[in-house]
Amino acid sequence: MNRWIRAAGLAAATAFAASGTAAAQNLTMAVGAPVTSLDPHYHQLSPNNAVADMIFDKLVNTDAQARLIPGLATEWRAVEPGLWEFKLRPGVRFHNGSEFTAEDVAFTFQRVPNVPNSPSSFAIYTRPIRGVEIVDSHTIRLRTDGPYPLMPMGLSNVRILDRETHQNATTEDFNSGKAAIGTGPWRVVSHRNGDRIEFERNDTYWGERPAFQRVDYRMITNDAARTAALLAGDVEFIDQVPTSDLAKLRRDQRVALSETTGLRIIYIGLDHLRTDASPFITDNDGKPIPRNPLKDLRVRRALSLAIDRQAIVSRVMEGAATPAGQFLPEGIYSHVPSLPAPRPDPEAAKKLLAEAGFPNGFRIQLNSPNDRYINDARIAQAVGQMWTRIGVRTAVEAQPWTTFVGRAGKQEFSAFLIGWGSNPEGSHPLRNLVATYDREKGWGASNRGRYSNPELDRMIEAALKEMDDAKREKLLQDAQRLAMEDVAIIPLHIQTNIWAMRRGLTHTPRADELTRAQDIRPAPAR
Amino acid sequence: MTVFLLRRLMQAALVVLAMSVLVFIGVYAIGDPVEILISPDADQIERERAIQALGLDLPLWQQYLVFLVKAAQGDLGNSFVFNEPALQLILQRMPATLELAVGATFFALLVGLPLGLYAGLRPNSPVSKGIMAGSILGFSLPTFWVGLMLIMVFAVQLGWLPSTGRGETVEVLGMRWSFLTWDGIQHMIMPAFNLSLFKISLVIRLTRAGVRETMLMDYVKFARAKGLSPARVTFVHVFKNILIPVVTVVGLEFGGTIAFSVVTESVFAWPGMGKLIIDSINVLDRPVIVAYLMIIVLMFITINLIVDLTYSVLDPRVRLETRS
Amino acid sequence: MSTTTAPLGAAAPAAPKVETPFRRFVSEFASSRLALFGLVVITLIALVAIFAPWIAPQNPYDLAQLDIMDGRMEPGTVGGAGFTYWLGTDDQGRDMLSGIMYGLRISLSVGAGSAIIACLVGASLGMIAAYAGGRTDSLIMRLVDLQLSFPAILAALMILAFLGKGILNVVIALVIVEWAYYARTVRGSALVERRREYIEAAQCLALPTRRIIFRHLLPNCLPPLIVVATMQVARAIALEATLSFLGLGVPITEPSLGLLIANGYEYMLSGKYWISFYPGIALLITIVSINLVGDQLRDVLNPRLKK
Repeated sequence: MNRWIRAAGLAAATAFAASGTAAAQNLTMAVGAPVTSLDPHYHQLSPNNAVADMIFDKLVNTDAQARLIPGLATEWRAVEPGLWEFKLRPGVRFHNGSEFTAEDVAFTFQRVPNVPNSPSSFAIYTRPIRGVEIVDSHTIRLRTDGPYPLMPMGLSNVRILDRETHQNATTEDFNSGKAAIGTGPWRVVSHRNGDRIEFERNDTYWGERPAFQRVDYRMITNDAARTAALLAGDVEFIDQVPTSDLAKLRRDQRVALSETTGLRIIYIGLDHLRTDASPFITDNDGKPIPRNPLKDLRVRRALSLAIDRQAIVSRVMEGAATPAGQFLPEGIYSHVPSLPAPRPDPEAAKKLLAEAGFPNGFRIQLNSPNDRYINDARIAQAVGQMWTRIGVRTAVEAQPWTTFVGRAGKQEFSAFLIGWGSNPEGSHPLRNLVATYDREKGWGASNRGRYSNPELDRMIEAALKEMDDAKREKLLQDAQRLAMEDVAIIPLHIQTNIWAMRRGLTHTPRADELTRAQDIRPAPAR
Repeated sequence: MTVFLLRRLMQAALVVLAMSVLVFIGVYAIGDPVEILISPDADQIERERAIQALGLDLPLWQQYLVFLVKAAQGDLGNSFVFNEPALQLILQRMPATLELAVGATFFALLVGLPLGLYAGLRPNSPVSKGIMAGSILGFSLPTFWVGLMLIMVFAVQLGWLPSTGRGETVEVLGMRWSFLTWDGIQHMIMPAFNLSLFKISLVIRLTRAGVRETMLMDYVKFARAKGLSPARVTFVHVFKNILIPVVTVVGLEFGGTIAFSVVTESVFAWPGMGKLIIDSINVLDRPVIVAYLMIIVLMFITINLIVDLTYSVLDPRVRLETRS
Repeated sequence: MSTTTAPLGAAAPAAPKVETPFRRFVSEFASSRLALFGLVVITLIALVAIFAPWIAPQNPYDLAQLDIMDGRMEPGTVGGAGFTYWLGTDDQGRDMLSGIMYGLRISLSVGAGSAIIACLVGASLGMIAAYAGGRTDSLIMRLVDLQLSFPAILAALMILAFLGKGILNVVIALVIVEWAYYARTVRGSALVERRREYIEAAQCLALPTRRIIFRHLLPNCLPPLIVVATMQVARAIALEATLSFLGLGVPITEPSLGLLIANGYEYMLSGKYWISFYPGIALLITIVSINLVGDQLRDVLNPRLKK
């Protein structure tokens, strides 16, 4: 039997070598995060979005570098400040043959906020829409309260359903595959919850035809097991390659990697809320300090200057990240050009501490999750080393995300390591992470350190009303510079997204971390 | 006998109730499911909507009452994550775990009993000492580590077995089973062995200890003195006696295997209940956690009942307790 | 390992001593060289663990002494601080030799501590259940059912949430997870034993219950208890490692052996074996020694193996 397996493997390898020319074939891929639902409006969650991208389409798509490109809408424009118009792509059909029209778009916007039991709905993207006008079967107009420049970006998150097919479809119908019918490049063949999803090519897809006939989309959550499955040849493609395996995979002749700078920043949040004693800060004898040292800009700058970001990137992340001094990486809209990652300067940091009245430093606890971001607990320890060296004796406590995130959300920590995946637009991190917490405006929902700066808020406000892209970019850059100079957060690095595949395949790496089968193709024959 | 069973049934209901209370309090203490499930993009209004949608806006005791009322009607609630009935989710995953646990128990008895018997009959031979030393490895090496080593050697280096996942399945009685296909069996070998490591050691040790004791018993001496063949003495008189502790422990461990197959299932990407529960714990999917634990408790109570009944059959000295 | 004659007696014939039970125990125990060897090793390991702060080249818990620039160095490399990392370093630049010495401290205290407490609690409850019977028995055994069906991970998560992280909390979690095994085992064998003639005889003599339990019932339930106990020490250490693997164990800046293994596990595929391998060896030696001692203890203490 072993011989038979090997022979089969050999045959597969031969088929592989010839794949440059062979037409129809199958792909087996494994992802690290489980897909929990095929209902595209049920849970706003990256793994679900990746699969939804395979089955469905959006009005506005994003390319690999997260720029907006036409999807089911061929063009869009603001007719006037409070009114957007989208021209829809003609001749598009759903998997079941039903035609795609403006009615379907209107139906989708209606369904999005009304999915029962949704733990995180997509309503945040459709809420700004105050009115929908169907101009003709392939033109639709959306009315908003005042100017809303983010409409196309918001709609790049919303997958379009069919009015006829999905009128009464429940989340369960989608999960069973019955209602998993879209306009996307793949049809669902079967779905085994938590295990695998099988797809088959949609031969009538309006866009670029996928390269494979069938795709077996598996979920292997254990990092080492996923890498091993690739090395053993059980799967041909994996995502979320652990950094500890990078060195080996780069040397391995059977494997190729694809990578790109992502949009996820890892940073340290600080307690800006308390002016009196902060819970995890004490003096060197372990007695509480009556005032919160983190309210002093000099202390925050010292903590930032103490960190050798390049060392963390090269030693802890094994090169799979870029040191950061701001939210967005280079090449993305509203990145601030002259704001590099701070260079480490322990001496200057010590001087700043002394000026702030802490010549001998103090004690602090740095909290961190240990199962959420790549090497999260390791990064926290490295930061702990660096802070300790400037006299801020640091204890590191790492815990699972389940317990960590609730405590962070209740402002229980003095300093905490956390990450943020941005949309490619400065207002997204600004509004969520550093704008003053405000329920009415919906700002600062993830501002867990409760940083607050009225001047910054005014700048964000102005940017969000500016319809001119160039002018808005300038406003966003100024706001980001202000937040960084005030050390609202301490940015560490931006993660690199890495995928690995058997040789003979190529992949277009995506900044948004989504793993989709249509981005994989046989490598051109050499 | 009937009284005995009825009493056990009452106790079971109480235990299940206690368990559900514990889980409610426990999950509440661990964290907030909405914080974990919500998209980072969500604003405050969306967060409030989600809290309401999942019924988490009520005080804990009211949430529990709602749960009890529904549970009385056979509805254990929908999973926060999958929006499917928790019970159905678990039952879907159950065959995978069951067959893994059966496979592991099978391995344990197949390997453990003969080795333990040998080590017990010839306690001083070097082979026996080797067996005993080897059995120590079985429970000193962390499961996750052994699992990865197995994958490294047999899947990556040698290419003999598939590295992870469940193989082809066949639908029987509305459930998917993989032990009926050759591909499925191949996928099962490594995880089942990984899961059985601890149990193999346990069976070896229990068998050996039992054999050594029993060999000194008067009835065994008498049987030998009667001139019965050593094989007959060993397999009829000794073996029957040592089965009691082995049955107890293997029975207990079978439940344990199902409850704790979490690590093996996550290393081997085995889509069973263990994988489901660890994923559910990670996102605090309370309906699934509650339903899972209630099922597991019921299973344990049943297993213990069976073990007690078996006791009374195997060893007439033990009588079922019926006095009050 | 037959215990009919004590060879030690022959080795020291000069002073004919009075045979006390303790002395008989010692000589019987020493009849196995392997067990003696195990005892020596476990003593040495315990000494290393106790004196780690004075003999380790580095304090692996002091972040100021670590440097990520020294991270993942091969065994035998000389680091930035000027001393040689004989067993290499982990990802944080922690000297593995020092890490193992300190890690032993934690693993041993967690393993032994939780096993002893769990054994005391579990054995007492199991004995009470078996002897008292009726309601008490039912109550205790349903508690056992409840406990055994509760995944260790969930119990640990809850305790983590209630009490916060820390070594003591890991011990508490392990005790809560393990006491039921002892209870179940002791009850099982006690149920068999209490029907035997000698207990009936003791009851006929109207001996106090406590005396019957501790002097008659308990010693006869010891052998299976010791089998379980020695395995549970090992299991506790391994379980602690698994908890660490799942991110629930001891604090990451104060790693136990299990956490060291779990940390290094990710580097196994890339050939940096030493991060996981050496702590694994240390764990293995420790557990093997404990079991060698435990096996012999069981044989010596077992009243039924004696003539």
